[in-house]
Amino acid sequence: MKILVIEDEPAMRETMVQSLQQEQYVVEFAADFYSAQEKIGIYEYDCILLDIGLPGGNGLTLLKELKKENKAEAVIIVSAKNSLEDKVKGLDLGADDYLAKPFHLAELHARVKSVLRRKKLDGNSLISINNLKIDTGLRTVWVDEKDLPLNRKEYDVLLYLITNKNRLVNKSALAEHVWGDYIDEANSFDFIYSQIKNLRKKLKDSEAAIEIQAIYGVGYKLTGE
Amino acid sequence: MKLLNYTSAYFAGILLVIISIWAVVFYFVMLDEIYDSIDDGLDNQKGLVIEKSTIDSTVLFKNNFDESDYSIREIPAALAINSQDEYIDTMMYMQNEKSEEPVRLLKTVFLQNGKYYRLLVATSMVEEDDLTAQLFYSILWLYIGLVSTIIIFNNFLLKRVWSPFNHLLKQLKKFRLEKPQPITITKTNIDEFRLLNETIQKLLQQNIDTYTSQKQFIENASHELQTPLAISINKLEALAETGDLQEKQLKLVADALDNLERLTRLNKSLLLLSKIENKQFSDVKRVNINQLVKKVVADFEDQSVYNNISITIDEKDNCLQHMNEDLAVIMIINLVKNAIQHNLPGGMIHITITNHSLSVENSGKGTALDTEKIFNRFHSEEPSQVSTGLGLAIVKAITVLYNFKSSYHFNQKHIISIHF
Repeated sequence: MKILVIEDEPAMRETMVQSLQQEQYVVEFAADFYSAQEKIGIYEYDCILLDIGLPGGNGLTLLKELKKENKAEAVIIVSAKNSLEDKVKGLDLGADDYLAKPFHLAELHARVKSVLRRKKLDGNSLISINNLKIDTGLRTVWVDEKDLPLNRKEYDVLLYLITNKNRLVNKSALAEHVWGDYIDEANSFDFIYSQIKNLRKKLKDSEAAIEIQAIYGVGYKLTGE
Repeated sequence: MKLLNYTSAYFAGILLVIISIWAVVFYFVMLDEIYDSIDDGLDNQKGLVIEKSTIDSTVLFKNNFDESDYSIREIPAALAINSQDEYIDTMMYMQNEKSEEPVRLLKTVFLQNGKYYRLLVATSMVEEDDLTAQLFYSILWLYIGLVSTIIIFNNFLLKRVWSPFNHLLKQLKKFRLEKPQPITITKTNIDEFRLLNETIQKLLQQNIDTYTSQKQFIENASHELQTPLAISINKLEALAETGDLQEKQLKLVADALDNLERLTRLNKSLLLLSKIENKQFSDVKRVNINQLVKKVVADFEDQSVYNNISITIDEKDNCLQHMNEDLAVIMIINLVKNAIQHNLPGGMIHITITNHSLSVENSGKGTALDTEKIFNRFHSEEPSQVSTGLGLAIVKAITVLYNFKSSYHFNQKHIISIHF
């Protein structure tokens, strides 16, 4: 999979590129409007991470050009603006997702994988890891071909951890992804801990060959294979 | 006190003093003039009587006043030698008035044919108490007349003169910096008022500009903070992911991350607040509050179950409001979150919806909170490590935007109500 990161802030770009490279993607980058325009014109990518405020022009203009040429790239807008109009405008113009800065790297990976599944692996929405299998279309989980009943939130937690397999997932990244605004920050950590405990129990009872490790105060890491 | 009444009262007071002093002075001057004139009359009378006595000697034997206004009596020379003319105020019986009345008496001595005679010439005097009474009433009428003239003058003329000022004042009273409406001024020929109008308009414009740029500044600053925050969070996450860190270092990284998260939430809330205040949520439609409340409560279910807090909704009526749907959701989320955050383990939350109000009641600390400050930014009863202190400020900003009313009261439970 080939990803283009269009981001003018060097430190931001560097972290995104490195983190994506760890996931075995081929990552290229552009730092301004014109070099991005050039790259998009010449090469094909599977996914483009697009910053809106770019030196030399607006990222939305690039998006318009992409859509005009019927390019098949999945586009995720990454913007510091976090304004609803931008989000609506971007999605209207054909972007596949919108990610507001600041974001967690785990969230970035989840979004990238999600759009790639939707755009590129059409139909094939099966993820398997050891004896566990997930159909993201049906939102169903099997362990050894046996149905593992999970409630909505447990499913979301599991999928998020699996998409970020072998990575340390920050607990607030997880909380934000699954519960969004519907969490009281005051005791979020204890709360997430109890949710994970339930999930772990279900996984253990069904003998799933994956493990969710708590990494000190930081977060969780799902390991398997 | 109104300016009109104030000046009227001032004038009334000053007039009272001036007129009183004037009345006293006038009275004495007048009295002096009267005495002067009466004494002159008596002197003339004396001359006439003495002249008459030289022609008609019977006059010299007129010992009583009787019908005339003089009397003559012979006196021994010894008594007459040192006698001088004397003017005396005395009382005399008056036939017409049937009472003793004040008279002015001239007591003099004259020599006729080698004999000394005492002559008394009397003339009726002004009655001083009558004079003062008359003067008092005249003055009183004058005073009342003057004061009522001033009041009428003030009311008709001054009101007209001050009308540009009152017009300006009325508008200033309604003026709010958050919702500035242009001030209209009435044309006036009075320099002071024209200057006042111009100055106020300039001052308000400056204030509006400053306020707007301040709001814009907060928004821009929040935007600019997003990228460095994103970089810091991502770098620390990348560091934590390297796997080379020991527990001790990881905990330090986690602490730093937690605080960056807090900063992020704070920043997002500030940004949201300035966006609400800058009216950037323009898409208004009919929003079903009942549905939104039920959805938000359902989404908070994990949280409330975990905290063992029971949430009940009492739908007395259907509540439909014209507002931005995102803001309606944000308002309800913040109300519910606040009720969970400040609750007790095993506590309760009771939400009541009527067709024009929404109130959230929650158990919590047993004392009332500061009604004045509860909706203020960063007001917190107990210092919290995680709360942004902006939740209720956001609720307040949304209610202000749509002219809803927000209120807090305490009745063993904490109740926050929104009146649409």
